[in-house]
Amino acid sequence: MTMVAGPRKPAVGRKSERVDLLPSRELRGIVETVLRLAKSTDAVETEVHVDEVADALTRFANNGIHQNVFEHVVTVSVRTVTGGRTARATTNRLDEDSLRATIEASLSLAHSEPRDPRLLPMPGRQRYRAVNRFIKATAALTPEERACAVRLACDLAAKKGQVAAGIFSSGQSQTAVGNSRGLFAPYSETHSQFSITMQEDPAASWAKADSADVREMHPQKLAERASEKAHLAVKTTELAPGRYTVILEPAAVLDLVGFMFYDFAATAVRDKRSCLNNRMGKQLLGKNISISDDVFHPLQKGAPFDGEGMPRQRVLLLDRGVPKNLVYSRASAKIARRKPTGHGFALPNEYGEAPMNLVFGGGDSSVEKMMASTDRGLLVTRLWYIREVDPYEKVMTGMTRDGLFFVENGKVTGAVKNFRFNQSLIEMLNNVELMGPAVRATREESFEMVVPAMKVRDFHFSEVTKF
Amino acid sequence: MWDLCTNALDTAKLRGASYGDVRTMHLRQRDLTTKNGQVGTLAQSESIGIGVRVLANGAWGFASTDRLTREGVAACAAQAVSIAKASALAKRSNVVLAREKAYVDSWQSPFRKDPFEIPLEMQLALLLAADGEMRKVKGVTLTETNMQFRKMDSWFASSIGSRIHQRKVISGCGIGATSFQGGEIQKRSYPNSFGGQHALEGYELVESLDLMKHAPVIAEEAAALHSAAQCPEKFGTLILAGNQLGLQIHESIGHPIELDRVLGQEANFAGTSFLTLNQLNKLKYASSVVNVVADARLDHGRGLGTFAYDDEGVPAQCTDIIKDGKFRGYLSNRETAHLIGLERSSGTMRTESWNRLPIIRMTNVSLLPGTWDYDDLIAHTADGILMDTNRSWSIDDRRYQFQFSTEIGWEIKGGKKMRMIKNPSYSGITTEFWNSCDAICKFDHWTLWGTPNCGKGQPMQTMGTGHGAAPARFRNVRIGTAFSKQ
Repeated sequence: MTMVAGPRKPAVGRKSERVDLLPSRELRGIVETVLRLAKSTDAVETEVHVDEVADALTRFANNGIHQNVFEHVVTVSVRTVTGGRTARATTNRLDEDSLRATIEASLSLAHSEPRDPRLLPMPGRQRYRAVNRFIKATAALTPEERACAVRLACDLAAKKGQVAAGIFSSGQSQTAVGNSRGLFAPYSETHSQFSITMQEDPAASWAKADSADVREMHPQKLAERASEKAHLAVKTTELAPGRYTVILEPAAVLDLVGFMFYDFAATAVRDKRSCLNNRMGKQLLGKNISISDDVFHPLQKGAPFDGEGMPRQRVLLLDRGVPKNLVYSRASAKIARRKPTGHGFALPNEYGEAPMNLVFGGGDSSVEKMMASTDRGLLVTRLWYIREVDPYEKVMTGMTRDGLFFVENGKVTGAVKNFRFNQSLIEMLNNVELMGPAVRATREESFEMVVPAMKVRDFHFSEVTKF
Repeated sequence: MWDLCTNALDTAKLRGASYGDVRTMHLRQRDLTTKNGQVGTLAQSESIGIGVRVLANGAWGFASTDRLTREGVAACAAQAVSIAKASALAKRSNVVLAREKAYVDSWQSPFRKDPFEIPLEMQLALLLAADGEMRKVKGVTLTETNMQFRKMDSWFASSIGSRIHQRKVISGCGIGATSFQGGEIQKRSYPNSFGGQHALEGYELVESLDLMKHAPVIAEEAAALHSAAQCPEKFGTLILAGNQLGLQIHESIGHPIELDRVLGQEANFAGTSFLTLNQLNKLKYASSVVNVVADARLDHGRGLGTFAYDDEGVPAQCTDIIKDGKFRGYLSNRETAHLIGLERSSGTMRTESWNRLPIIRMTNVSLLPGTWDYDDLIAHTADGILMDTNRSWSIDDRRYQFQFSTEIGWEIKGGKKMRMIKNPSYSGITTEFWNSCDAICKFDHWTLWGTPNCGKGQPMQTMGTGHGAAPARFRNVRIGTAFSKQ
């Protein structure tokens, strides 16, 4: 079999066998090979996505590493258009025979469906604003370095009589989108995360950071923060469910507002499943709430183009509480007679598009100032298992987790047992009294966003659990 | 494939591994969706690669690659050993594995019709026809249908001499109708929400669902829900349909019995469990009518948790979880079995793909059938609410407190199914809830439901699990909390 890409050369014999990503010319070579092979088929147009991931993750629990993994995969995904029909096939086999078979599979799928009169021709060459999110130090991080950082965190836990669990991950990835009309869009980035839960029976607390640059990660500081909060949470009292003023740390804000992103998709509004249906241009949220989608924000990550290779635009979604704009793929933009904003998913799909780089406007307060201004309230570290109860009023349910603290007369006076909440996000974002500066926040269940800490009145806790 | 597996094991041993196992996997998937009468997703994919798991210096390492050359696999195995040695820098104690025999076997899940051999035109025609039936109903504003098929080959080899090939064919299908009206979104799904029913079956699963019969029914219900009565807030009798009960089992029994969770290995992400080791054989988990097993054997049914061997090379087993209401067993693996006094793993290590580490997973965690006929159950309920098809689900990180809402409910009065209820929800504490169960329907009403989207592990893995359930009744349950304005 003819290999399209040259063999990757892991340096066997070194202390840590690091895998380098394909050189950019080889990435482009895969795209060009698929486009060349497709010329001898009945594909009228062809689009190729190449994605390469080399990720490592060190996982620890009970004060020791218990899982430690590495993965490396290159995926080639081909979309063909024939006779007004389109479909996608994907493989991770890079030899020409397999790529040819993948093109044929895509065509075979396309031939089986009815013609789509709304299918647009593929876009031509585009210009992209440069972003640099590939940090060599992150790509070069070794398992030994991750293990050493983990050991320090576990040593701290042991010294404090606590038990640590968490992850330290690092990785690199690259992607390229190309098509038969001359479009070519490459992007690469690195990523690292450190997340830690410190347990001091019966309590626990948590801290996490995420960055393209591992040098900005401070595992020991995160461990110390989680350790201090876990100790504070050991003795809990039970409060009655009800409405409370809450101070939501950025991770808790992200836990909630992370569920709003798809509502800003033009397709979601057209399908009448968005909470913004019939609400565009109206005062929906508090006047202190503004939201943009901005892949170029210095605290954001991700490629500056979408699933069709269209350049991502910065979009002001919500201005002082009023929903102003949606994001559009090429298809939804045509229907709405708008310009595409570069937020489309790879075709074909039924969801259209979504803003994936939300940035909230912040304020000039801080968690400390919010507490100082609170007579009676709760400080929330993190939320958990959040699900949508009512899609139009955006009522979410979930639990507090890993540190819920009672604030009285401006100070934390103790920990309380975890609550279940049933809270409308629309109501919540009308009740924001103070905000801190927007920061890159990270959680465990979705992608990162740039959000502030918030002080919110009348947050609805409906039930209490046993711890 | 066996040559690659052997090559990996040999390299791992040469590099200092005391144990190794490898999974070469070839995964094929086809996804079809429609929305509002148009084809949505039309895609297929394949992924092939190898994952190597080793013990070196008493600690685990895992590496994976899709470069299936002799050099690529050797480098991957060497990397796994290198990672294991790094793990040993911060290990707590040496890993010890329960004894297991070596097996040489080949197994294929039974199916009557290979979904990949059924013409795509036929599959799409069925989805578009069901979609069309739903769109005929006034008030329906969004219609969606989907089919998903997977064919998974795995070649497992271990340094104790196992060589196991398994092929699994999985099918899934569902339809949904949504209605937006007057500032309210209501949805009905069939046969279940979030993708429908999924099972270790061929295309016969799709044919058994009779989409054309059910499409207009759920569409009518979606539109009618707007004028239905709001679910009351009260403590009362609750009857759960099998599809909702399957998820209740998943969240409040299946997850708490995962031994890795109990031992704190998931503390940072999926959470821990209230089922501490001292509760085994002591806790009255449920009422005496409740019997739950974790059964991966084909005898139990063709579920998403059915296989011949787990991804650690341990044969499929049936484990008592709750027997006559008493808590009897956990889901374990070779590393943790001895901690609960077992000499052998219960065979629940499963991996999503070749590039993921096997972790403890639910197999088919099922509530065994009871003795009630469904009509009798309704007839013998004076006042209650029947809830059907999940809409939202949430439970705390130790699996005590939960809240579920469903798409639709029905008031039961004087032994009869009366008016429709919208926005139904219920909540409770796991053991209190299961101890309030006083009636379970018999096998005629029992279905092995598939949950295809169970997330666990870091990096995240999605796994399919099976949950056999028949409608059951629970007393004095808190109802209506999700929409409470208090």
